[in-house]
Amino acid sequence: MIQVTVNGAAQRFEQPLPVSALIEKMALAGKKIAVEKNGEIVPRSLHQKTLVENGDQLEIVVAVGGG
Amino acid sequence: MKDPLVIAGKSYGSRLLIGTGKYKDFAQTRAAVEASGAEIVTVAIRRTNIGQNANEPSLLEALPPSKFTYLPNTAGCYNAADAVRTLRLARELLDGHDLVKLEVLGDPHTLYPNMPETLKAAEQLVAEGFKVMVYCSDDPIQAQMLEAAGCVAIMPLASLIGSGMGILNPWNLQLVIDKVKVPVIVDAGVGTASDASIAMELGCDGVLMNTAVALARDPVMMARAMKKALEAGREAFLAGRMPKKLYSAAPSSPSEGKIAPKAA
Repeated sequence: MIQVTVNGAAQRFEQPLPVSALIEKMALAGKKIAVEKNGEIVPRSLHQKTLVENGDQLEIVVAVGGG
Repeated sequence: MKDPLVIAGKSYGSRLLIGTGKYKDFAQTRAAVEASGAEIVTVAIRRTNIGQNANEPSLLEALPPSKFTYLPNTAGCYNAADAVRTLRLARELLDGHDLVKLEVLGDPHTLYPNMPETLKAAEQLVAEGFKVMVYCSDDPIQAQMLEAAGCVAIMPLASLIGSGMGILNPWNLQLVIDKVKVPVIVDAGVGTASDASIAMELGCDGVLMNTAVALARDPVMMARAMKKALEAGREAFLAGRMPKKLYSAAPSSPSEGKIAPKAA
């Protein structure tokens, strides 16, 4: 079991998983999003290769209305 | 394109940049943006809702990035590091889009810019290849520092963000306009159409606004009014206003050929 933080909230998974799998589990697949892991951008092209491990801090963002 | 606004080598037909926050819904956002004629729209970058309504409408559907130039902002950032991180996320989110609006705020009450942090972030972002339009104070020296750092547009406040107080210091804006060569765009403080006209009459290259439109009783009508106000102000600036004088020694009608005064 691993615990990671996604957008400030704790999330548990059976084992380390690729960013792309995490996105699917969060029901965000196909959404226009950007991902940061431990302060570094994870480019879309690396979502499948990049593993989310115990203690990782993720930020998943979208564009919203703003001035 | 006649009299385009040129930012980082790209020409825009409209000198009005519009924010997409505070509208009732996306339909109203879209209607107001279209009425304004704006080509550049600011957007914010925020955490996505996890595990909530998966079919929530998205801003990108309401305002397709193929039709509008997105200007992701760093609203809510109080230091250079957070602003840089936010815009890196924006670039990733928008498929490499590099035109951005940098704002580093000083405190939550005034939303006045923190200029040392703003300059630090600007330098970092320029080094990373971003085209930085920068929200700043109306200090001509700081404006020149930001231009020297490589910013592609200088965006001084006319009054505090969301205040609608209008152009409080036209003299400082004038100094900024005189001192920098990149476009100067008033960002923040415009409350109504005449404020936008005044900014343009001073020689600003454009105006960025959000609250003045979004919080008008009729945002779409206000968006249309702002479009006209910017165009009027721009033309007045280009036309060159008459000099001001306290007394007119020259009436507009001929002094000769008047009928004889009535005999006493």
